[in-house]
Amino acid sequence: MVRITRRAAFQGGAALLAAPPLIDRANAQSAFDWRRFRGERIEVSVQLSPRGTMLQQNNKEFEELTGIRCGLEVVPEQQHRQKIIVEYASGRPSFDVTEISLHVNKRQVGKARWNTDIRSLLADSTLTAPDFDFADYGEGMVTYATQSDGRLDTCPAGADYFILYYNKELLAGKNIAVPTTWDEMYEASKRLADPTKQVYGHVGRGVKNANVVLWSSYLLGTGQRDMIDANRQLITDTPDAIWAGENYKKFLRNVSPPGSIGFNWNECQTTFMQGRAAMWVDGIGFAAPLEDRTRSRIAGKVGYAVVPRGPGPQHHCALFGAGYGIPEASRKKGPAWLYIQWALGKANQLKWLVSGAGVPARSSPFRNEEAIGRSHFPREFFQTLEASAKIARAGLPEIVPVTQFRDVIGSALTNSISGADVATELKKATAEFRPILEQSERET
Amino acid sequence: MSQATAASVAVQATAKRRRNYARRYVWFVVPAAVVIIAVILFPWIFTIYVSAFDWRLGGERRWVGFANYKQLFTDARFGWAVLRTILYTALAVVLPMLLGLIAALSFNRKFPLRGLARTIFILPMMATPVAVALVWTMMFHPQLGVLNWLLVQFGLPPSLWVYSADTVIPTLVLVEVWHWTPLVMLLILGGLASLPVDPYEAAKIDGASPWQAFRYITLPLLAPFIVVALIIRTIDALKAFDTIYVITQGGPGQASETINIFLYLQAFAFYNVGYASAVVVVFFILIMGLAALLLWTRERVRIT
Repeated sequence: MVRITRRAAFQGGAALLAAPPLIDRANAQSAFDWRRFRGERIEVSVQLSPRGTMLQQNNKEFEELTGIRCGLEVVPEQQHRQKIIVEYASGRPSFDVTEISLHVNKRQVGKARWNTDIRSLLADSTLTAPDFDFADYGEGMVTYATQSDGRLDTCPAGADYFILYYNKELLAGKNIAVPTTWDEMYEASKRLADPTKQVYGHVGRGVKNANVVLWSSYLLGTGQRDMIDANRQLITDTPDAIWAGENYKKFLRNVSPPGSIGFNWNECQTTFMQGRAAMWVDGIGFAAPLEDRTRSRIAGKVGYAVVPRGPGPQHHCALFGAGYGIPEASRKKGPAWLYIQWALGKANQLKWLVSGAGVPARSSPFRNEEAIGRSHFPREFFQTLEASAKIARAGLPEIVPVTQFRDVIGSALTNSISGADVATELKKATAEFRPILEQSERET
Repeated sequence: MSQATAASVAVQATAKRRRNYARRYVWFVVPAAVVIIAVILFPWIFTIYVSAFDWRLGGERRWVGFANYKQLFTDARFGWAVLRTILYTALAVVLPMLLGLIAALSFNRKFPLRGLARTIFILPMMATPVAVALVWTMMFHPQLGVLNWLLVQFGLPPSLWVYSADTVIPTLVLVEVWHWTPLVMLLILGGLASLPVDPYEAAKIDGASPWQAFRYITLPLLAPFIVVALIIRTIDALKAFDTIYVITQGGPGQASETINIFLYLQAFAFYNVGYASAVVVVFFILIMGLAALLLWTRERVRIT
């Protein structure tokens, strides 16, 4: 039998009395202090997109959570890319957080070491909330955001996969199954065309620069898959590249609307959402306007599928993506890191997914069956996303002069729609861009 | 005191007054001088300096002397951009000049609701170029645009407008003509309102036909106004960027890539600032040459 002494009773009583404040203190230490930078002000610059708009609408939520005042600017994509590069190059960027298009600016930003390596911030438990859970990010997206020297200078924000949109009504009307190869898709496009009603089997980007990502979608289906080789040499005039060019020419010239040579994504979207095209291969982000009943004539009739296979052994879809970074020159790295944790936290990333604003870089939103069930997007959309994530591969080469690459190769592709020989055009374009790439690589 | 000494003293006094005047008021020139140095002179010297470097934003800066200029004169793409700029400028100057002259002569006559018609005619000029370009872009859509719908209603075949390399420049000129013909009309109409009536009365007495009156009286008297309109239109057409960029971004392919678009791409898409600076310098020399020619023409017209 345990004998309770008077001393032990006093000690036990004292411990009980002391316990609640001790637990409180322990909780206070474990609870993350979101307000440690209250009263500070940061500037954030993001691209105009449904994601950017969402951040703008919820800016107050961040300010209330942290006590940090946040000036948020939302700039159209093209202008944003130029603006941030010019500001970075000035040495005194006006923003503390910015969005980077990884498929365009990643190598340029990395090479110039304009951004902070966020690994040190991630490792600092006083600055990183425990529920930020970086392990939740898909490995593919983290690899995509990591620089070749191992630095992680952006936090992955979202992905963009090229998928196949199709008009269910038009396909069902001619009893055509969803194509699984490019050849099947071409044959289906020919059958679906009805020029008397100005309905075409296919619509796609024809305008230079923007069109390269459609061509690369075909190239990813070949044995070659990439646009530069392991020695970082240009391989855009090989038999596989020429096959992709011929495929591009065939689709754009024979089964797409007249004038496709000048079509960017917005003309494609308008044509498709007006029911004038049966199939369209483009980024996943267009699902939201296509399902918007106030703007789209085909809302509720849109089918989603992974891009068709090519002749190569592997099956890939083009991957593009964005990340959020903190300039090395920023004096507000702490508050800026809090902003990134809030903007790319689990709650916001789930909102992106279920509202169709974009594909989150995190994995957890895809596992939230309840939220997905409540979304107004069909289950087929989410299944396509999941399947695309498994076969995604970079849709553009990871080089500094990527815009010039798109311009030169894009012009060759545009010329091919007008009837020029694909092989000649691609060889000419490759010869033109090769010295530019070589110079860029020498400087890297 | 002799007369010569008095004159010498007077001259010295005047010179002193001038010196005092200059010393007293020299500070008034300083703000303007600072602004001119900061926003005109310094950027110019800096641009010329940068044009001597091989410099891409984020990369190294390497002194190359005149290499950018050498490259420019062998760059076929730049050559085509110059030719397109000349074609675009010629069309975008001549057509509004002709139509503006005809419109001014028409609006100079008296007819019912003339004021209302004039107001409606000048409305396009009030619109913002970017907004105008966006609206025209929608109208040019080959399948969904209103222009092709109208053509079909009149039994005409649809056009590809800006969606074809063959028709893109004339179509862009169409937008320019629609937008800026009213300005030419206003300038020439102002000139017409200031013409004297005596020469016309004399010509009438001498039995001159309306064409002869226009050819030998109106046109020569209007010449200074026409030259002013010509200078303004030429400058406007040469610097045209917003409309072309919004509607075609220089496409399809490079079919509407003028010097401005070429320059923009080099500077802000390829971040090739050294090469872009060389383009600016060459473009500036071209514009200065053209401006000198136009000013010389204006002086000649004035003397005649």
